[in-house]
Amino acid sequence: MASFLQANLPYILAGISVGGQYALIAIGYTMVYGILRLINFAHGDVFMVAGLVMVYASASLPMYISIPLVLIVTMALGFVIERVAYKPLRTAPRMSLMISAIGVSYLLQNCALYFTGGLAQVYPSIPWLSNTVTIWGATTKMVTIVTPILTIVLVIALVTFIQKTKMGMAMRAVSKDFETSQLMGIRINAVISTTFVIGCLLAAIGSLLYFTNYPSVIPTSGSMPGLKAFVAAVFGGIGSIPGAVIGAFVIGICENIIKSMGSNWTVFSDAFTFVLLIVVLLVKPTGIFGEKATDKV
Amino acid sequence: MSELLRIEDLKVNYGGIEAVKGISFSVEEGQIVTLIGSNGAGKSTTLRTISGLVKPKSGKITFAGEDITGMDPTNVVHHGITMSPEGRRIFPDMTVKENLIMGAYLRKDDLSDDFEYVYSLFPRLKEREWQAGGTLSGGEQQMLAVARALMAKPKLMMMDEPSLGLAPLVVKGIFDIIRQINAQGVTILLVEQNANMALQVAHSAYVLETGSITMTGTGAELLADERIKEAYLGKHHSD
Repeated sequence: MASFLQANLPYILAGISVGGQYALIAIGYTMVYGILRLINFAHGDVFMVAGLVMVYASASLPMYISIPLVLIVTMALGFVIERVAYKPLRTAPRMSLMISAIGVSYLLQNCALYFTGGLAQVYPSIPWLSNTVTIWGATTKMVTIVTPILTIVLVIALVTFIQKTKMGMAMRAVSKDFETSQLMGIRINAVISTTFVIGCLLAAIGSLLYFTNYPSVIPTSGSMPGLKAFVAAVFGGIGSIPGAVIGAFVIGICENIIKSMGSNWTVFSDAFTFVLLIVVLLVKPTGIFGEKATDKV
Repeated sequence: MSELLRIEDLKVNYGGIEAVKGISFSVEEGQIVTLIGSNGAGKSTTLRTISGLVKPKSGKITFAGEDITGMDPTNVVHHGITMSPEGRRIFPDMTVKENLIMGAYLRKDDLSDDFEYVYSLFPRLKEREWQAGGTLSGGEQQMLAVARALMAKPKLMMMDEPSLGLAPLVVKGIFDIIRQINAQGVTILLVEQNANMALQVAHSAYVLETGSITMTGTGAELLADERIKEAYLGKHHSD
């Protein structure tokens, strides 16, 4: 038993940790979808930009300034993207909105390419998070332990916000019916901006945790975690926050179990996620907690 | 009695057609005023324009002496105009109470008296306080839509087709409540296809046909008018 734990615990812990990081990104996808019915393809790239901001900020500023700065810059980026690329298309067909999102995604990647000169930027090691710890004989970084706990805390806070506060209620109202929400006096643009800002805040926190496990950030660093978080959101039922979180943990854990099965299997860990996407779309397109698209008049 | 709402030569394009072709009317404070007319006459478009959801092409909307033409919906609510929309449009996943809280979205003060007031008008909603809006019957949803529009403490409440799709007995109940709300001092602008019910409660009425006002009078006058009977009340067979 002890040897089994010793051999497999690191993978399971890593799976839970990566799952938490995916969850923080996936919430951004699912919240934006819930309110705008938009798959925000730029979300993974916002995550990457958060990583780059950390690289540049920490080069000249102390950590206790860099970390809040990353969060603030990422939130501001989300706000600006929504105002510039999505708000003018409020009454346009959804396809235009989606194409705009793809455009923003490439714009961010190419800006990153310009600023980094195409070179991988070494990610700083965040003190304490990067420390190694040993639990039950398994050695891992502190971030592995912190991620799932922080994720759960943030998700509970977010769900409470959405259920209990007036702004949260307004978000639920706007996600159902723009027009009637306006008749209540709700400023829908403010609510949509808030949704983007919250999604980006969580992505920024996710990026701090995620990149701690990786040596560097490149302009396409956001693509793979972004795609996996998107699959997690679809698997959980896009629009549902608990669904996205559960989906993300399932994907993170399964990926790492596959990695633990030996080098023949490791190469399939990414493929698993996309096979899952195909299976979900074929078998249950609404995901675990997704609502059926019913139009009640 | 003073004039609360005044519409002057309002023209609105909607869905590529001129849905409202230069109408003028006014609503006196404390009254129930109704716009009747058939489907597509421009009644709903008129209400949607007043509420700020639709921008007019030309014309002027004055509320309590202030020009509110083209104002955004939030400001219109802020000025004291609310609407119970066509088809009720309650938030189906939110509880009855949450729906009411949304109705009072712009208010910062204590709402407990207002909950008590709307629950006294609609005791059924009190029983269903924690139920999701979507689980209510059509009549209860209409009650909720009216209660929600009252939560902002409006000076003017606009109601778009409150009788739509409801059983006659339920419709009667809703119209009794409309009278009660009006007696409490809320001015009401009512749009209806059910001309008979609307004219019975209305102090004054306007008939809208393909975007223009064709007749006007008190509710009782129009109710007795032969042309109205012919076109809207379906009395020509029974009489």
